[in-house]
Amino acid sequence: MEAVKENLQTEEFWVNMGPQHPSTHGVLYLEVKLSGETVVDLITHIGYLHRGMEKIAENRTYTQFIPFTDRLDYIASMGNNLGYVLAVEKLMKTEVNDRAKYIRVIIAELQRVASHLVGITTFAQDLGAFATPLFYGFREREKIVELFDEICGNRLTYNYMRIGGLQFDLPKGADEKIRAIVKYMRPKIDDLESLFSSNVIFTARTKGVGVLTKEKAINYSVTGPNLRASGVKWDLRKDEPYLCYDRFNFDIPTGANGDSWDRYKVRIEEMRQSLRIVEQAIGGLPDGDPTVKIGRIIKPEAGASYMRTEAPRGELGFYIVSDGSAYPYRMKIRSPSFSNLAVLSELSKGIKVADVVCVLGSLDIVMGDIDR
Amino acid sequence: MAVDAPEKQVEIQKEALLEAARRLFSEGFDNLHCVTAVDKNDSIELVYIFYSMGSRACTILKTRLALNDLAVESLANIWRSADWLEREVYDLFGVKFLNHPNLKRILNPDDWDVHPLRKSFERPDIVKKTRY
Repeated sequence: MEAVKENLQTEEFWVNMGPQHPSTHGVLYLEVKLSGETVVDLITHIGYLHRGMEKIAENRTYTQFIPFTDRLDYIASMGNNLGYVLAVEKLMKTEVNDRAKYIRVIIAELQRVASHLVGITTFAQDLGAFATPLFYGFREREKIVELFDEICGNRLTYNYMRIGGLQFDLPKGADEKIRAIVKYMRPKIDDLESLFSSNVIFTARTKGVGVLTKEKAINYSVTGPNLRASGVKWDLRKDEPYLCYDRFNFDIPTGANGDSWDRYKVRIEEMRQSLRIVEQAIGGLPDGDPTVKIGRIIKPEAGASYMRTEAPRGELGFYIVSDGSAYPYRMKIRSPSFSNLAVLSELSKGIKVADVVCVLGSLDIVMGDIDR
Repeated sequence: MAVDAPEKQVEIQKEALLEAARRLFSEGFDNLHCVTAVDKNDSIELVYIFYSMGSRACTILKTRLALNDLAVESLANIWRSADWLEREVYDLFGVKFLNHPNLKRILNPDDWDVHPLRKSFERPDIVKKTRY
């Protein structure tokens, strides 16, 4: 036996994961260098979904670009719509009326709940909880999607926010439906949480896996729930409040260890806080006309501005340069998933190859957001 | 409308970039949020957006590169976020970042020889603008 062991050759080897792989949430390609089952090195390749959004933006008017923003982070289109129109409004130095602000907040927070439902349940699916949690998550999300369908006529790519307002006011009876969704959603979130938190496999697979320290998270410019899970109490809705977030009471959940478990926990808690905001906003919904008062052709003064918002996956920034014409001269989209994914290589070194899937799932990325 | 954090814009020479960045880092600007570029036809303007998580301050550094000398020091060794953000600028604008740990194209194929966000990049299938 000894002789056999001595002659046994071992070597590190490269394994391709993706671009067609069920756990990579789209077309992501990872080159993983393995020593046995341990990851030695990981190279991330992106760009398979690159559609040249920033170049397209230079050839579209400001209003024409709104539907393109839907296709960035397609799990949370309303968040992109909002980030974009706020950036253009900042460039134009205009502000929308109170009713439009409140409706935007309601929509953005419901979108956050819908997005986190998909994020958490697909994460569980990646860890082997096949189909059941995913179907639960999609069933709850369907309520929100149906509401959005009723409000703006689309289920996924909403194209609802407008520069200077909204496409439509809320339809009749929508406020009752929103209240009903909040009431329906609360126990369902508790259900989902107990489904995962009391699951031994889920706990064992996520606790202590992929620990992202506070310093590293900031240095990599990781934002959103992933940053908060690392223990940084930072949320633009509180720290640089836009719209009317400063009028609502809500907490910023943070994690203690920055592992995959904390990233999941923070998202669960964020959904509850979002529902709190929706409840307060629908309770105080002011009267008025939230539809657009300015024309479709917008010519902001020459200049540049940067506006960032707290999208469900992190900080979404638009850097827009105007030359005074109806078309943006340059538009940079700083997408949250882009910087969040950059940290994967660092987190993966030294862990088991199966845990790469866990870390990736807990970061909750969307390739459309990364590749643009 | 956003309650704007104090925002400072500074234009510097490209030779002074690394020094200015190091100073910013020591002043507490721990988050390099965004790196991008704007093609000004006669030059490329680089834009760096820094935030301080502690003081909530924002500083925007701008520097201009002449078209015949598109190279600047990389900040990826100070802020790891610059790694991918600078690769994107290299990919889309052709700006070379010196001492970058891994300066390769990030979104477009490695064997492509053009930089699509340059204003000189034209394609027949780009929709023509209507005049307003």
